[in-house]
Amino acid sequence: MATKKTVPFNGTAEQQEKLMAVIAAHKDDPGALMPVLQQAQEIYGYLPIEVQKIISNEMDIPMEKIYGVVTFYAQFSLYPKGKYNISVCLGTACYVKGSGDIYDKLQEVLGIAGGECTADGKFSLEACRCIGACGLAPVLTVNEDVHGRLTVDDVEKILAQYE
Amino acid sequence: MADINVKVNGIAVSVPKGTTVLEAAHKAGVDIPTFCYMKEINEIGACRICMVEVNEGRGFRLVASCVYPLAFDNTEIRTNSPKVLDSRRKTLELILSTHDRKCLSCVRSGRCELQALCNEMGIEDETNYEGEKQVYEIDNSAAHMYRDNNKCILCRRCVAACSKWQGVGVIGANERGFKTNIGSAFEMGLGETSCVACGQCIAVCPVGALSEKDYVEDVFAAIADQSKHVIVQTAPAVRAALGEEFGYPIGTNVEGKMAAALRRLGFDEVFDTDWGADLTIMEEATEFVDRFQNGGKLPLITSCSPGWVKYCEHYFPEMTDNLSTCKSPHQMLGAVAKTYYAEKLGIKPEDMVVVSIMPCTAKKFEIGRDDENAAGVPDVDYVLTTRELARMIRRAGLKFTALPDEDFDNPLGLSAGAGDIFGATGGVMEAALRTAYCWLTGKNEEVVEFHEVRGVDGIKRASIDVNGTEIKVAVASGLANAKELLKKVESGEEKVDFIEIMGCPGGCVNGGGQPQQPASVRNFEDIRVLRAKALYDEDAAKSLRLSHLNSDVQKLYEEYLEKPGSHRAHEILHTSYVKRSVN
Repeated sequence: MATKKTVPFNGTAEQQEKLMAVIAAHKDDPGALMPVLQQAQEIYGYLPIEVQKIISNEMDIPMEKIYGVVTFYAQFSLYPKGKYNISVCLGTACYVKGSGDIYDKLQEVLGIAGGECTADGKFSLEACRCIGACGLAPVLTVNEDVHGRLTVDDVEKILAQYE
Repeated sequence: MADINVKVNGIAVSVPKGTTVLEAAHKAGVDIPTFCYMKEINEIGACRICMVEVNEGRGFRLVASCVYPLAFDNTEIRTNSPKVLDSRRKTLELILSTHDRKCLSCVRSGRCELQALCNEMGIEDETNYEGEKQVYEIDNSAAHMYRDNNKCILCRRCVAACSKWQGVGVIGANERGFKTNIGSAFEMGLGETSCVACGQCIAVCPVGALSEKDYVEDVFAAIADQSKHVIVQTAPAVRAALGEEFGYPIGTNVEGKMAAALRRLGFDEVFDTDWGADLTIMEEATEFVDRFQNGGKLPLITSCSPGWVKYCEHYFPEMTDNLSTCKSPHQMLGAVAKTYYAEKLGIKPEDMVVVSIMPCTAKKFEIGRDDENAAGVPDVDYVLTTRELARMIRRAGLKFTALPDEDFDNPLGLSAGAGDIFGATGGVMEAALRTAYCWLTGKNEEVVEFHEVRGVDGIKRASIDVNGTEIKVAVASGLANAKELLKKVESGEEKVDFIEIMGCPGGCVNGGGQPQQPASVRNFEDIRVLRAKALYDEDAAKSLRLSHLNSDVQKLYEEYLEKPGSHRAHEILHTSYVKRSVN
């Protein structure tokens, strides 16, 4: 059983201070875990083991319970966004045109699953719904750049454009 | 609350308002199958197996009986109508669609709640909803158990046992929808978490998803090895539950047949961990009297339960100095067997194999701890649970019910009643107090029963007057209760001199290695009470009831250990602890 791989944690003392203040403000409220997790994600951008551990210790909630909540809700992420965030449209038009294969290919090439980030912090990958560029289907975005009319063979060429 | 009159399948029954449909049906003599429901700790209405039709005046509709409270007079309930049975079958078929159906090689086959219900419901085609399946790696990272999520039906009974009874919470539901699975934080293996190895999750699992690491074949091989002298010992709680595997009512003491079975399995000598319990009392009562009279670290906390000890190391590391340094009874017996007894027999300790039959899975972890090897080799080589012993007996073709009653072998088989009650919550405390009372008052043979520390309450307290000095004791079982008590002790809110803690609720009789009772029994009978009674009855029927009067234990001190708490006793019978983190 492998612990989930993740990018090295780079939390700052300032971030931790903010988190502690959030926990202190909610500690005795019933159902405090959700607001604490939401604000923790705002502070760090994601919820890695280091952050969940702090919340677990401070709120006396087993880490598994926190992890269960984090993996249940789509709003929470265990991974940071990469320097380049790749978003593949799995809306109807793109999907019919084969974006599912492109998404699979990206996971294969990057060695990560959707929602994750490469260990060097360079690329993160996610699926999205229709971005209104159906004429270019299948389409993906890398940060603000839009790449359309793609085939599986284009994937590696696109990745090569980003340093 | 006022009683209301309802009808279950036409049978009139009167129940307090607010009673669930499930309980009303039980009262009317009607069984409703359940998977997820566990009284008090898992009332979540998730599995949908217990659906029944209820008519509160507006027509019949399907509800989950385990969480549906009855509110109106004249409510009609149908538990076996075609609609109900059809619903139940559909749910079962859907559960089966993602279930790894390797029944023939499954450890639970024949005792599986899912298999039994499929059979009862007349499931004709387990492949009715074939489709995509999640495939999970089997988690074998913990010393004591396997987790096979491919067989998990997501009832969450294990999750409830771990978090509600034990306050540990290292397993829970991760992800959602089709990907929902029971696991640990960040997909850690159980062995990497602060799991305490109590095995309560296994005891409540309805299927074969959770099981102890099975060493039955290893033990058969050791017995067959002519160069090894193989000793077996059995914990007190085993005799109070083993019979359940062979059709005896819960709470039947099968000590005699168990001893006979072990002898027929080919063990060279059949010893009793109760003897080790008497020895533990000699050491622990000495330790207590010493700490109490000489200003040592108090409260002294018992160390017989390895699940509790591991919990203490993870969750209360600053209290490990309060733990008695005594090894647990089976480790003491193993240590004495491989030193004193091996010398007597002229056998090298490495040619001796000690097998412990335990109601416990944490003992599988315990035998691998540091400082549990008095003779330079592990004190105990194999721990088998009560369930594994039953498997061994069946595999060897022994007709258990037809066996004669036999006795344990000597010299490590004689025990006082005080040793027998070690298997129930409060039993270790009572045994220690009986002896400490005799020593402190000088009334060496007076048997005092301490009823305040008996029973299945989660936390029990008592105050004992010894020659005008008050000794305050507390007993907790189930680690959530232990946590509640220790928080108070830690904060100074509660002052106690001596604490007994057993990891499992009700003590070893309800250990994680005991025969699994299905939900249909667990939810309506207190197996802790029934099994404990077998031990208290055995104690009451004995003439020897004080550990310090056990002549074979006395002989051990005369011939080998000098006196309780001696340097040599410490080398052989005591251990040490570590501090661990929470994960």
